[in-house]
Amino acid sequence: MLQITNLHATVADKPILKGLTLSLNAGEIHAIMGPNGAGKSTLGYVLSGRPGYEVTEGSVTFNGEDLLGMEPHERAAAGLFLGFQYPVEIPGVSNVQFLREALNAQRKQRGEDPLSGAEFLKVARAQADAMGMDMDMLKRPVNVGFSGGEKKRNEMVQMGIIDPALAILDETDSGLDIDALRVVGDGINRIMRKPDKAVLLITHYQRLLDYVKPDFVHVLADGRITRTGGAELALELEEHGYAEIAA
Amino acid sequence: MSGTTTLPTHRDEAWRYSDIAAVKAAWPLPDAEAILVPANGHFARTIVQDSGAIHQLDIAIGKGATATVHVLNIGGNYGRVELNVTLHEGADFKLGAVQIGGDTQNLEIVTTVTHAEPGATSSQMVRSVLAGTATGTYLGKVAVARDAQATDSEQSVKAMLLDRSATANAKPELEIYADDVKCAHGCAIGELDPMGLFYLQARGLTPADAKKLMLQAFVAGVFEGAADAEMLTSRALEKLEELV
Repeated sequence: MLQITNLHATVADKPILKGLTLSLNAGEIHAIMGPNGAGKSTLGYVLSGRPGYEVTEGSVTFNGEDLLGMEPHERAAAGLFLGFQYPVEIPGVSNVQFLREALNAQRKQRGEDPLSGAEFLKVARAQADAMGMDMDMLKRPVNVGFSGGEKKRNEMVQMGIIDPALAILDETDSGLDIDALRVVGDGINRIMRKPDKAVLLITHYQRLLDYVKPDFVHVLADGRITRTGGAELALELEEHGYAEIAA
Repeated sequence: MSGTTTLPTHRDEAWRYSDIAAVKAAWPLPDAEAILVPANGHFARTIVQDSGAIHQLDIAIGKGATATVHVLNIGGNYGRVELNVTLHEGADFKLGAVQIGGDTQNLEIVTTVTHAEPGATSSQMVRSVLAGTATGTYLGKVAVARDAQATDSEQSVKAMLLDRSATANAKPELEIYADDVKCAHGCAIGELDPMGLFYLQARGLTPADAKKLMLQAFVAGVFEGAADAEMLTSRALEKLEELV
């Protein structure tokens, strides 16, 4: 589904990714772990097309298509979803309005009919219910005044509504208490653990992986993957730290 | 202001950023429209400036009366809306204004709100969106007379620049001779938050739709409560659509 080959990327002319190669197949959940500054968030931003993140070498294909040649909204329509580490507050824009426009923009790009207001609300309500989020919150401005946990929950509601093929989740577990962590973990499993979908979980900690069991764990250090293993690698990292394992 | 008998120049504070050539072409200006709101009366007016015109209104609001003006300033190469408002005891004046300009448009709103007597309240909310080499100006003067105690006046002025070549002028001006007065004013000129735009695009909105949605939010609220709120909002959106 996703093939990253020898990816090099810079931010403000500073090299961050230095030859990263990674391959995700449908039906797989991959975790990327690594110390601060290793390039984890940069990878998420490069894959979703954030301005200012320049690819200097290498290639990325998504279902056989050149991902790097697409605009951010085209990547979304192609089925890529980025769960933000710091979901952005957008005053004055209601969640519901934004998500309906976003979903219908994606459907339009794919040549599908738009959902009516009623159809959309039905989908939105189901996803909000599943994440234990009040519909009133979904009507409020996007992330404004939300706690850290509520923002992450909102990301999962959005993911459920948009129903992507590939989710890149950037530290979706940070800022969550134990109960919220379970809710978010269950959400990831419910929405994304399907034979035709894949997930790239970017995380510092093993604890999310107690709820979402990865098929592969990769260590990202200094801009490239230095080790790959199964779920047990995460436990090993937790015990020994990155310094020892990543080297 | 109204009652101007000689052609203004840029040295006149109220015409500092005006397109004097356009003013000259329209000279002499007709007398300002005079509106008297009787004691305890209510007045509401919507002004859509969409043809490059100069609107001048003198509004005197009687004791305990209210006046509300909504302005959408969008059309022509030079458009000006000028309000000269006098509040008597316990009167209330509200202005909600949006101006949206692109290309070489020069749009301005100039208000003078005089609290002549005690206990009156006024608020002005002005939002400008400017693209290309357009200029948008808001000059907002609030004058509080010596005996106009317990005046409560509020001004919120924001401008959004879509291109670095666009210009926003904002000038709040307070002239206060009373001592028991509350005058709040806030002014901000900025650009659309790039992270917000990226967030919306990452969820599937095209760059133009993402901008439009954020601008819609920026002007939202100004027309709240207007009898023509729906018309004003949809005209504003149409104009925004031309700019993104």
